[in-house]
Amino acid sequence: MKWGDVRTGEYLLPVLDAPLILARGLVKTFGDFVAVDGIDVEVRRGESFGFLGPNGAGKSSTMRMIGCVSPPSGGTLQVLGMDPATDGPRIRARLGVVPQRDSLDEELTVEENLWVYGRYFGLPRHVVRERARQLLEFAQLTDRADSVVEPLSGGMKRRLTIARGLVNEPEILLLDEPTTGLDPQARHVLWDRLFRLKREGVTLVLTTHYMDEAEQLCDRLVVMDRGRIVAEGSPRELIARHSTREVLELRFDADDHAQHLAGVDGIADRVEVLADRLLLYVRDGEAAHSEVVRRGLEPLSALVRRSTLEDVFLHLTGRSLVD
Amino acid sequence: MAIRTDERVPLARQLVRAVPFPAGAGMARMLVERNFRSFRRTWSIIVSGFFEPVFFLFAMGVGIGAMVGDIDLGDGRTVPYGVFVAPALLASSAMNGAVFDSTTNVFFKLKYAKLYDSVLATPLGPRDVAVGEIGWALLRGLAYSGAFLAVAAAAGTVRSWWALAAVPAATLIGWAFASVGMASATYMRTWADFDWIQLAIMPMFLFSATFFPLTTYPDVLQWVVQATPLYHGVAMTRELMLGEITTAMAGHVAYLVAMGLVGTVWTAGRVERLLLR
Amino acid sequence: MATTTTVALRARTAPPQVPGWRAVAEHWMRKYRRVWFGTAISSFLAPLLYLAGMGFGLGLLVDRASGGVGGVPYVVFIAPGVLASTAMQVGVGEASFSVMGGIKWDRIYHGMLATPLGPVDVVAGQLAFIAFRVLTSCAVFLAVAGLLGTVRSPWALAALAVATLCGVACAACSFAYAARLDNDRGLTLMFRFVITPMTLFAGTFFPIEQLPGWLQPVAWVTPLWHAVDACRSLVLGTATPGPVAGHVAYLGAWLVAGVWLAVRVLRRRMVV
Repeated sequence: MKWGDVRTGEYLLPVLDAPLILARGLVKTFGDFVAVDGIDVEVRRGESFGFLGPNGAGKSSTMRMIGCVSPPSGGTLQVLGMDPATDGPRIRARLGVVPQRDSLDEELTVEENLWVYGRYFGLPRHVVRERARQLLEFAQLTDRADSVVEPLSGGMKRRLTIARGLVNEPEILLLDEPTTGLDPQARHVLWDRLFRLKREGVTLVLTTHYMDEAEQLCDRLVVMDRGRIVAEGSPRELIARHSTREVLELRFDADDHAQHLAGVDGIADRVEVLADRLLLYVRDGEAAHSEVVRRGLEPLSALVRRSTLEDVFLHLTGRSLVD
Repeated sequence: MAIRTDERVPLARQLVRAVPFPAGAGMARMLVERNFRSFRRTWSIIVSGFFEPVFFLFAMGVGIGAMVGDIDLGDGRTVPYGVFVAPALLASSAMNGAVFDSTTNVFFKLKYAKLYDSVLATPLGPRDVAVGEIGWALLRGLAYSGAFLAVAAAAGTVRSWWALAAVPAATLIGWAFASVGMASATYMRTWADFDWIQLAIMPMFLFSATFFPLTTYPDVLQWVVQATPLYHGVAMTRELMLGEITTAMAGHVAYLVAMGLVGTVWTAGRVERLLLR
Repeated sequence: MATTTTVALRARTAPPQVPGWRAVAEHWMRKYRRVWFGTAISSFLAPLLYLAGMGFGLGLLVDRASGGVGGVPYVVFIAPGVLASTAMQVGVGEASFSVMGGIKWDRIYHGMLATPLGPVDVVAGQLAFIAFRVLTSCAVFLAVAGLLGTVRSPWALAALAVATLCGVACAACSFAYAARLDNDRGLTLMFRFVITPMTLFAGTFFPIEQLPGWLQPVAWVTPLWHAVDACRSLVLGTATPGPVAGHVAYLGAWLVAGVWLAVRVLRRRMVV
């Protein structure tokens, strides 16, 4: 490599500050269907960036474009300062990818999967072996190193896929729905591993339709809906901007909760009607609850909680995130 | 198994349960019906299965027949090679179809589609699964052998009206192989294991007096050939299609019936062990 | 792991030490190591069983009735035919269900393409592995056939190369076809309507002159017939340079077309 070569110029300070991923008006269409509808994204080195949205929001299409396996239909995209259209292999050499659906070789062992994958990055055998050993430890799979992949649990396969994505020691790790389909315990194990990566300075880019996941893992995120970005910021910012501090959930003995709207009028900044409850967006949940009681309303249950990204999404799109 | 005396169980089903082999809860046809419904998506595969023996018949009759000439049947009669080989192709395609169908289908459903798990969550039992799958394989085999017989007749390789009985005979061959094949499929772990089934099928296909008469072999090998199930299938269909029925026929039928019974019981036991753990 | 970033900086300055296709071929070899024993039945044993059953069994009848084929015993006649057919069968066998699996089932191609590899590496690597599979299967067959006295000329070694070329060419075409399919029914149809008829009618078991006149041109078009004809003349020691070169060129054209199509189809399917 030539010193100062801009395209691999991570040694140059000004370039170091440049965004690792930069999209402007990025579009992806499949025939008439617009999957991604002109989004702007900037991901900086070392941050953990999330795409939050329901199924079909365009998150995976965006991830595939960033992963250089899906050419953009419009707009501009730069990854690591390069253009995926011309420099796909060079970019991919520096990415780690954890796809939505595992693409492990189920006939091979856990360790062999890491070996063959490392070779795809042109790594010499001794390097691959050494990294596989470290990664197995990182993924807590050392004692399963010699078992064939197929019978492993979903959580183990997911951890192996993440370990595999790290075999080339990537600058950016792309994770598409990393914990979808896993049980709660397996999700927490996985989150713990991702936290470690984050602490070690790996740039994480992930998609999720789980609020708790986005809040746990993301420094900054965009909320996507129908191919567009509807909000952007840190989880805390988004909640502050698009919701209130607390939420009072009221459940009534009624088929249509809208009939109780008049009763709670004036108590909250904003009220959302769901099929089975009312959500009252308030600064002080307990005070609001006292007011409800004072007015003689008799909900079956009342619950005060903090606002979450779910509330942000509900406010922005009028729909809930997970059906 | 013991005869149940539960009054609510219909008589027919009670009778079925009294039979000393697992005949299912009388609902196996539900599974046949389900398979038939999926036929609409896979008809091309099923219809195309008919062509394989026809290609072989054409290759053997036209290509090799010209070089071989007439075949001595061992009892003084000689027939053209096509007439000799057609019954063998009917029998071996019944075997191939039944084995392919029962093994790959069952393996796929057990391993990937998890069909049986949902089937068994209904009143259907493991015996129904076994009987239903084997029954489906037989229905297909019946259609194949009927069609093949028609082609063979059109090609002038059928010598007797007895040949009509070759269709049920082929179904018997299909049952014998499907049941044992399905039982074996329950032991498979990967697709690669299917090569082991090939290991059993291919030598039989080539050496069970299919393409050349038993008398071609040395005495010792003749005994080995006669021990294989396909030999009995071939000999049975050949007698029927040539219209020359001998007492050996009883032996052929008995061999294949016994094999079918053993296979069915074995399959049901395996399915029960695998699914109702 | 604590030094990820610094190691990453070092790692990416080093040029790749393995060409992409070789890494892919290594992957398939590693898979093969786990299943080779099972495949040995279909790739090593099956051809020998056909040689024995057809060649020696049926051959008795053929030789008795018409004194062999073209002046040689039947078993000597079919040995090179079975050689070429084996090459095709093994080649197509390794480029059918595994291609569909790479795209749809265990999706290993998705994993490959997320790395610096491109569709060319994926196709070339798998075909390199297939060349190895075809070559070893054919070599074992030829060695046994030689021990059984059915090989008449040292040019049989050249037949090995021709058969391998045929196997890889057919594999490339099969790859292109399989990569287009949405389900494996199309593969079963390919085996039934293309591979089986080719094996039966492209000169393996009887000279294509026995076919009805209108079918002979169809046989000439098939790659297998060219491989059979070239292998037969080489194994029998009757080869002349002109026809053999023609057959090889024809098979080469299939290979080039097949590879080009396979890469194109794979790219269209996976990079969308």
